[in-house]
Amino acid sequence: MWDLLSSHTVQTVLMGAVFLGLISGALGAFAVLRGQSLLGDAVSHAALPGVALGFLVAGGRELGAVLIGATLSGGLAALSVMLIVSRTRLKPDAALGVVLSVYFALGVVLLSHVQSQSGAASAGLSGFLFGQAAATLRSDLWIMGGLAGFALALIAALWKEAKIVSFDPDYARALGLPVARVQAALTVMVALAIVAGLQMVGVILMVALLIAPAAAARQWTRSLAGMVGLSMGFAVVAGVTGALISASARGLATGPVIVLVATAIVLLSLAFAPERGLLDRALARRARTRSLRADQVLGTIHALARSHDDPAYKAELGMLRARHAAATGPALARLTARGLVREVAHPPETTPHWQMTPEGQARAEALREGRGRDD
Amino acid sequence: MIDAVFASIPAMILATGLLVGLSGALLGTFLVLRGASMLTDAISHAIVLGIITVWLLTGHLSGPVQLIGAAITGVITVALTQLVQRTQLVRMDTAIGLVFPAMFALGVLLINLNARNVHLDVDAVLLGEIAFVWIDTTPVLGQPVPVALLALAVVFAVNAGFVLLLWKELKLAVFDPALATSLGFAPGLVFYALLSLTSVTAVASFEAVGAILFIAFVIVPPATAFLLTRRLPAMLGLSMALAAAACVTGYALAVLWDVNIGAMMAVMTGAGFALALAFGPRDGLLARSRARRAEALGIDSLTLVVHLAAHEGTRREAEENTRPALIRHLGWSEGRARAALRNALDAGLVARATPPQSHAAPLLLTAEGRARATRLMPLRPDAAD
Repeated sequence: MWDLLSSHTVQTVLMGAVFLGLISGALGAFAVLRGQSLLGDAVSHAALPGVALGFLVAGGRELGAVLIGATLSGGLAALSVMLIVSRTRLKPDAALGVVLSVYFALGVVLLSHVQSQSGAASAGLSGFLFGQAAATLRSDLWIMGGLAGFALALIAALWKEAKIVSFDPDYARALGLPVARVQAALTVMVALAIVAGLQMVGVILMVALLIAPAAAARQWTRSLAGMVGLSMGFAVVAGVTGALISASARGLATGPVIVLVATAIVLLSLAFAPERGLLDRALARRARTRSLRADQVLGTIHALARSHDDPAYKAELGMLRARHAAATGPALARLTARGLVREVAHPPETTPHWQMTPEGQARAEALREGRGRDD
Repeated sequence: MIDAVFASIPAMILATGLLVGLSGALLGTFLVLRGASMLTDAISHAIVLGIITVWLLTGHLSGPVQLIGAAITGVITVALTQLVQRTQLVRMDTAIGLVFPAMFALGVLLINLNARNVHLDVDAVLLGEIAFVWIDTTPVLGQPVPVALLALAVVFAVNAGFVLLLWKELKLAVFDPALATSLGFAPGLVFYALLSLTSVTAVASFEAVGAILFIAFVIVPPATAFLLTRRLPAMLGLSMALAAAACVTGYALAVLWDVNIGAMMAVMTGAGFALALAFGPRDGLLARSRARRAEALGIDSLTLVVHLAAHEGTRREAEENTRPALIRHLGWSEGRARAALRNALDAGLVARATPPQSHAAPLLLTAEGRARATRLMPLRPDAAD
């Protein structure tokens, strides 16, 4: 493990993964909140023709040229989607599907052209489909670091506007904010995040690194700052873990490993996040059910006591069972623990009986008033 | 003999492409109308996992087992997506974006791990190679027919049968699921069947055009047809015709430029879409902007008529009812005034006083122009100014 970490390549890869995590985590949070998850999918597939053009123009694997090409074609794709949605009757998802598939097809055409034109120069080109972390160069880190710095600075500068526009565009418009421009800036940033991940995750899966950390972060927090921070953290963890696993095993493409790690984080978050998480919700539901059952049993004892005009009436267990079945035992245990009922003997009968304590009577009265008539 | 086989290779490639396009267009028409385009995207990525799983379990890369596996994969993809969405922890688009990349990533890794055993690499699954479909053939009636072509022919027949038999149900499920339910149909079931057939078609097509390019064949021709017509049978026919045209032109261009044939066919579906978007007779961008301009011009010439009527017979008629006044008083540009005037002259609403040499010659209303102005402004405003 330590040998692996000290290797030059691995250090480069790890730093790249950290930069990538910072960018995609932060920008993904806004994309998910604004319902642009699938626009990210379209833009990332649409980056392919730009990648191929970058290769063609630069005559080889030149990350700068590739990224510029990818940004241009990704941005053009986002504009195409907006044009189709605003000017035709087509549904937004059809617009996304058309743009995604046609741009990707154009990319494949260009790719096959580059490969048939220049065998050697096209080496490393297919790495952009699935990501190839090991191909990251030291010089690439400057570009990725620059992108990360730019993206974070942009978010910091636009923080308040981006927040209002993401959550309530109508309110933002009423405040006189330049909503269209902020939305455009946020969309451009989605394209930037995707471009930053092309090297490591590839065009096909980059959308997952945008969505998954943000969707996971959303489960743990209610504040935007918390969500953006957590999302960045998750994305860095997914990126670094994925890059390490893929670097240590031969033949594993980096992108899929990163995506699977990110998916695992999402699953854990959906299951275990406090309040929103599935486990917490199931537990809360169970606690509510139990407390309701206990109140119902207390209410039955109280009703019996009232019909006998005896607050100290001793209700027979069998009668309670007849009414509340299997819930009776746990409910009585719960009520006893809260000091609302107590088990009493009622000679000469040998079966157990239950009686309200004064506290229990008070609670039953309160419940009866709170809920109106209780049968 | 050998000559005959080689001579027919282009025909076989073209036939394969056509079957992919036609099968895709049949289903895509309903998927696009239902708003399920991105589910197609999800399915076509997710079948990569299905293909490799079935291969690991049975050792078959094509054939009936793969097609059944595909149907199951499609249903699993959609069911998982709906499961994630139903937790209400994430939105539908996020749910799609979470499920299919995970399935796709798993599929790619399984292919990576078994790279030595599968005569299949990731690029081939994703991008396909239609030029190689003729390599794997099986004799049918004594003629060698590519296996992929045979599978696609069967799938096309099944899709066509599905659409013809369930035409009414599909129509209802797509346009009004609530009505379909209340009439006793099961729109959910029909929808699931549609999505299962989509993934079966995707698996039958992936050898030829790859899993991702398949999306283009399903979504783009129907989306294009949607821009050109508003009737369902016409949309279905048009999208099949468009798919066929894209296959033929794409094949020709791919051979000419020596590029990936399947991808070039997909690009041509996109070219068709761009043409329809720009030049569509009713909904095209050009037709709409022309209609908008004609409308604006019509309103301008009516404004002109009302302006003339307002000043007709007043002291300032000689000053107001001239072209320069339109520019000065109505704030119109020179071109706008000229266009509105020409339109009104052509429509016989306005006439020029003779002789018309001066550009400040008075403009007169014709009887029809006056009638039109009265209809528009029954109470003539006080014409003092």
